[in-house]
Amino acid sequence: MINNRLKLILLAGFSLLQLVAFGQSPVEMADNFRGEGKIYVVVMVILTLLAGIFWTLFRFDRKLKELEKEIESKK
Amino acid sequence: MKYLLNSKSWKWVSIGLLTYTVIGGFFLPVPRLPILNETIRILHFHVPMWFGMIIMFAISFVYAVKYLSTKELKYDLYAKEMVSVGIMFGMLGIFSGMVWANFTWGEPWSNDPKQNASAIALLMYFALLILRGSLNDDHQKARITSVYNIFAFAILIPLLFVLPRMTDSLHPGNGGNPGFNAYDLDSNLRIVFYPAVLGWTLLGLWIATLKIKLSMLQMILDDK
Repeated sequence: MINNRLKLILLAGFSLLQLVAFGQSPVEMADNFRGEGKIYVVVMVILTLLAGIFWTLFRFDRKLKELEKEIESKK
Repeated sequence: MKYLLNSKSWKWVSIGLLTYTVIGGFFLPVPRLPILNETIRILHFHVPMWFGMIIMFAISFVYAVKYLSTKELKYDLYAKEMVSVGIMFGMLGIFSGMVWANFTWGEPWSNDPKQNASAIALLMYFALLILRGSLNDDHQKARITSVYNIFAFAILIPLLFVLPRMTDSLHPGNGGNPGFNAYDLDSNLRIVFYPAVLGWTLLGLWIATLKIKLSMLQMILDDK
């Protein structure tokens, strides 16, 4: 009887330990970097680059359309 | 293809999805895994390159078949430009993968079966462009490259989807396991990853339509 109770307590104890281990995950992530808000800088830089690329693509689109019209009219 | 060439709205879809990819990809929580650590976010940028490449090659394959059945040169042109954008995606995939591998696997090239297979795949498609460049007659060029394209695509599928799974690989989901097991567990990755694939693919199509329009103009000028 006591044996069973001891088993139960041990089981609960070890299960709790697991939770603790899960809580303070040993895997290193860039939590500090995020906490300091520097991640916003990274994302802003990448978004700026993307915006530039999209703008250039739209400009190519427009240029090609103009060329198409020009060639069409010369036919 | 007509819709892609003439419509503008899908380009905004691409812009929206890629913006979401960057914001979601950097801010949303990801699984905390050893070795990978924070670099797991590269998933949203490296893997869509390969999806994009395969989709471009698949479209190219469809137009190669279409050329052979109709003998219309514009289909050959579509196929060619799709291949060149596919190669661009593949090169970006290889180089981004090498940077990532240097961090996680310890060296940029570890002769992983998937690395080797994708390098072979790219070489096959390089050969297609070289073969194209070495022929002068337009229809001969189109016919030979279309046939080559069909064979290349037929080899691409086992090369990327079958062979790497038959041996052990450093890539997740290989060595006997089907595709996405490693990621399927985590819905946080999925809600960014799938939009990312679509966004990058649409960006590739956008570039491809620009190239196609340019080559069509070239063709009109050459005919004169």
